Amino acid sequence: MRCTFDLGCAVLGVAALVAGCSGLNSESTSRSTTSVAGSGVIRGSVTVFAAASLRSTFGKLGEQFRAAHIGTDITFDFAGSSDLVTQLTHGAPADVFASADEKNMTKAVDATLLSGDPVKFATNTLTIVTPKGNPKGVASFADLAKSGVSVVVCAPQVPCGSATQKVEQIAGVKLTPVSEESAVTDVLGKITSGQADAGLVYLTDAKGAGDAVSAVSFPESGAAVNTYPIAVLKDSKNAKAAQAFVDLVTGPAGRKVLAEAGFGAP
Amino acid sequence: MTPAPRVGRLPIGIPAWIYLPATTGALFVVVPLAAILLKIDWANFVPLMTSESSRSALLLSVKTASASTVVCVLLGVPMAVVLARADFPGRSVLRALVLLPLVLPPVVAGIALLYTFGRMGLLGGHLETLGVRIAFSTTAVVLAQSFVSLPFLVVSLEGALRTAGTQYENIAATLGARPTMVLRTVTLPLVTPGLKAGAVLAFARSLGEFGATLTFAGSLQGVTRTLPLDIYLQREADPQAAVALSLLLIMVTILIVVTTASRKLVVPL
Repeated sequence: MRCTFDLGCAVLGVAALVAGCSGLNSESTSRSTTSVAGSGVIRGSVTVFAAASLRSTFGKLGEQFRAAHIGTDITFDFAGSSDLVTQLTHGAPADVFASADEKNMTKAVDATLLSGDPVKFATNTLTIVTPKGNPKGVASFADLAKSGVSVVVCAPQVPCGSATQKVEQIAGVKLTPVSEESAVTDVLGKITSGQADAGLVYLTDAKGAGDAVSAVSFPESGAAVNTYPIAVLKDSKNAKAAQAFVDLVTGPAGRKVLAEAGFGAP
Repeated sequence: MTPAPRVGRLPIGIPAWIYLPATTGALFVVVPLAAILLKIDWANFVPLMTSESSRSALLLSVKTASASTVVCVLLGVPMAVVLARADFPGRSVLRALVLLPLVLPPVVAGIALLYTFGRMGLLGGHLETLGVRIAFSTTAVVLAQSFVSLPFLVVSLEGALRTAGTQYENIAATLGARPTMVLRTVTLPLVTPGLKAGAVLAFARSLGEFGATLTFAGSLQGVTRTLPLDIYLQREADPQAAVALSLLLIMVTILIVVTTASRKLVVPL
């Protein structure tokens, strides 16, 4: 759900308004439930800008958040972390920002967008993926450099590509990819469609693709660990609810959902 | 796109109020382009534009767009002639199908091409056994561009053929000219402006092609990374470079439009 200054944004705004109203209306009936949460009543709506790789996990955590705080609504905007920072610096209204790397969170810090310090909540590492059944028999990182194996990676300009470069250096293997994609999902697409023999994606992407691909783990992946930070934004209109969502993500419930998807602990 | 066509021979005025929406429309198109100009980091503009990656992307874009235009002319002219002149059942259905890429989102075109020419695709699998690999090659870029640009050429040339009518062709035929001679010496010379307009449209569309290329061909410097793909990638790391490249693409497009429009190009749509 990408929200720029367009009709979608207007619709979102209306949805948030409606959600806010219904929250007020149901306040009397939900008071007993929300007070269970402890520190005061949380209501209204929360908008979370999150890295695209968090789509499924944050979706689940959003459900939990809604269930725990009846009368609140939570909206997500999933996109590339650098796109999200650009939107935030241009004034896009949001309450929480979760980045797929520290570089983009640093940009948010430098632009004084945050209300506190960012908290690291997950890590992600690279894995090799091949079309189902691994037809070329790729077993190690060095196998990717073999002739006759067409490899697709992320371009060095994007986070998964810089991680790929780090792994190449540590492993001492120079890859000659047939394509350098600008998004990790494009790499995965080239593998699920069988266009290429192998690709480098995040462990969570490989898990998310399920049976469509085979994953081959390799020891050198530990050389490039991507850390995910999350923070409440300074301009949040609902800082209490925003903090509650950050607490959910960084707490045990968040850890459980993230671990199931393949994210490591920070 | 085209010089203002001379309004008929009679001095028929246009209503004064029409200038208001017309100006709004013009501003709607021009202001975003001006906004790009204002964002340019002029100090670094030349180095950004002449960098290795920019030059190879521009060169690749011009080469592939030219190749696609040739493909479009070779396939599109016969298609337009058949659609405009031949009479057969199901012509309107065929016409609608052929023009489909005009309205198809490019990413859908990319997926369709993937399942046709991809390694697991309808034809790609057979080509692979013959030793022809299209995946991740410049050929894939040309295929993607031709697929989305072909309808532009067909639609403008078909329009030109219908406008030209069959009067001269009939006369040539009664004088004993064979169909091929009529096509070569009468029909095609009559519709040359329409053909040029169609070719320019196809070239411009190929130059801007992004979605189908990204989905189908991949992205590698000098092989498949055309200017629009390079802009998209640079935007992640270096927004200034993306702005500079955008201007480069706009300048190339303007150059094409101006040089062709100066030849009294008329789009017969």
